[in-house]
Amino acid sequence: MNLKRVRAIANKEYIQIIRDPRSLALGLLIPVILIVLFGYALSLDIKDVPLAIWDQDNTKASVDFILNFKNSEYFRIIGYYDNYRNLERLLNYGRTMMVLVLPKDFSRYLYSNQSVPVQLILDGSDSNTATIALGYAQSVVQQYNDKLFRKSSQTNLVNSQPISLDQRVWFNQDFESKNFIVPGLIAIIMMIIAALLTSLTVAREWERGTMEQLISTPVRSSELIIGKFLPYFAIGMIDLVISVILGRFVFFVPLRGSLIQLFIMSALFLTGALSLGIFISTVAKSQLMASQMAILTSFLPTFLLSGFTYEIFNMPQAVQAVTYLIPARYFIKILRGIYLKDIGMFELWPEATCLMVFSVLMSRLAIHKFKKKIL
Amino acid sequence: MAVIKTTNLTRKFGDLTAVDNLNIEIPEGEIFGLVGPDGAGKTTTMRLLTGILDPTAGEGWVYGRHIVKEAETLKDNIAYMSQRFGLYEDLTVIENINFYADIYCVPDSERAAKIEKLLGFSNLTPFKERLAGRLSGGMKQKLGLACALIHTPKVLFLDEPTNGVDPVSRRDFWRILHNLLKEKVTIFYSTSYLDEAERCKRVGLIHKGRLLRCDTPEEIKKETGTKSLEEAFVSIIGEYESAKSV
Repeated sequence: MNLKRVRAIANKEYIQIIRDPRSLALGLLIPVILIVLFGYALSLDIKDVPLAIWDQDNTKASVDFILNFKNSEYFRIIGYYDNYRNLERLLNYGRTMMVLVLPKDFSRYLYSNQSVPVQLILDGSDSNTATIALGYAQSVVQQYNDKLFRKSSQTNLVNSQPISLDQRVWFNQDFESKNFIVPGLIAIIMMIIAALLTSLTVAREWERGTMEQLISTPVRSSELIIGKFLPYFAIGMIDLVISVILGRFVFFVPLRGSLIQLFIMSALFLTGALSLGIFISTVAKSQLMASQMAILTSFLPTFLLSGFTYEIFNMPQAVQAVTYLIPARYFIKILRGIYLKDIGMFELWPEATCLMVFSVLMSRLAIHKFKKKIL
Repeated sequence: MAVIKTTNLTRKFGDLTAVDNLNIEIPEGEIFGLVGPDGAGKTTTMRLLTGILDPTAGEGWVYGRHIVKEAETLKDNIAYMSQRFGLYEDLTVIENINFYADIYCVPDSERAAKIEKLLGFSNLTPFKERLAGRLSGGMKQKLGLACALIHTPKVLFLDEPTNGVDPVSRRDFWRILHNLLKEKVTIFYSTSYLDEAERCKRVGLIHKGRLLRCDTPEEIKKETGTKSLEEAFVSIIGEYESAKSV
């Protein structure tokens, strides 16, 4: 391999990227747009669930009960109503997600030590959010019950809670989904760079006729592929820096592990992803075909099957088996491990090995598949 | 010794035989013109001889290298200008030349003088910093030639290089070729212009993949009893077609 030729190809590719503002903008704005979009908009945290209330009892006891919802940061009381027709309309128009109805005899039941039926109506259209909101409501009620029980048990001296669950959350104490999403986004961003930018580089040369000229020279396949790879690798690493900085200083995502390990692992994954892009480009020979193939084979599986959007253990067995073939699966685990758990190669070596295998295989395949022949 | 030699070189694309049992021998320093109508197999022949397309059957050697087994070392000694403009339109004239100088590993010590000479030759010096995509058709072809000559090739393959080129640029182009011939460069030239064919040492008439005649322009005209190559070729192709239909 002749490094001078590699440099010539890389330099040529670099000039072409610089002179095509669209591809450059795509390469550098993608991380910013994605992180801002996902960081702000796609928050999986649920706060301020809109809640409408019909308090039929309207006594000190019922107001006291409602206060528990009011004081919880998870609910936002949008108003008090006195008939079902209004409440139904609110639900229909999506102005509220939850409706709480306290019966007329709320305080009477309570003081006579009877169980009180309180009605909770929930908009279940978005089942995920609804489940989480329901959980919040249940815990508010549970806390209220506990409080009542403690009061009465002080007099009766019975232990109401034989088992008490003492919870402690590790790694993401506040259950903030951005802490979980931003590290995963690095994998998505790198895959997009590979899919959208790299997949075009070889196909474009075939389409424009420059490849016929180039393959008539003594340049080797490896020199050509590596030369094309380098500028995109640089863009990918710049994107990584942008992502880490945005994550740290705009979204305050803690980076607990080693920055060096994060960069090394990212470089490894990026090598595989870019090689995949170049491989696709080599096989496709037309830009349109290449970009479609890239989106289908690299971007979509990464988005859906890597554990970024959906938990892998929730998937059907067959799909779970497929996820082992998605390199981003390993990378996302590494990213979250380094970011949130401060673990490193000692714990993550199986994932790192898988990434290594992927990158070596993919880059060899890209070089091997590229033939200096017209057909 | 023949610089280009083929024996029964054949290339098929499915049912179509683009090059059919081609046998040629071209000595060093000759300019050989491959002429024939569109679709005759000129470009396929070029691609076979430059090692970027493998033949279905037959063999070929260029400058002593086998076109399949030694396709890569063959490329050190040749230059090829494809029919379609093959340089980077988003790179400037000088960037394109430097790129190919790097690809061919032209030593830095020789480079500056060489580039200056080539730019001067092709009258491209004032357009050094212009993007290749903004050049006229004639200038593009001269730039293609400059890039092809940067490593002083021994054999030059030119696939219809003057197609759609203005007469002035065409004259520049041929002036450069004549200088190359003085330096013993062998030129394999395909064209559909018969006035250009007249300027070649020998011409091969290719039709439907078959080489129908291969001789000096004078000899071909004498043999067919015609005054111009054009009449000669019309008569040769006509003869071939009527022989086939019988």
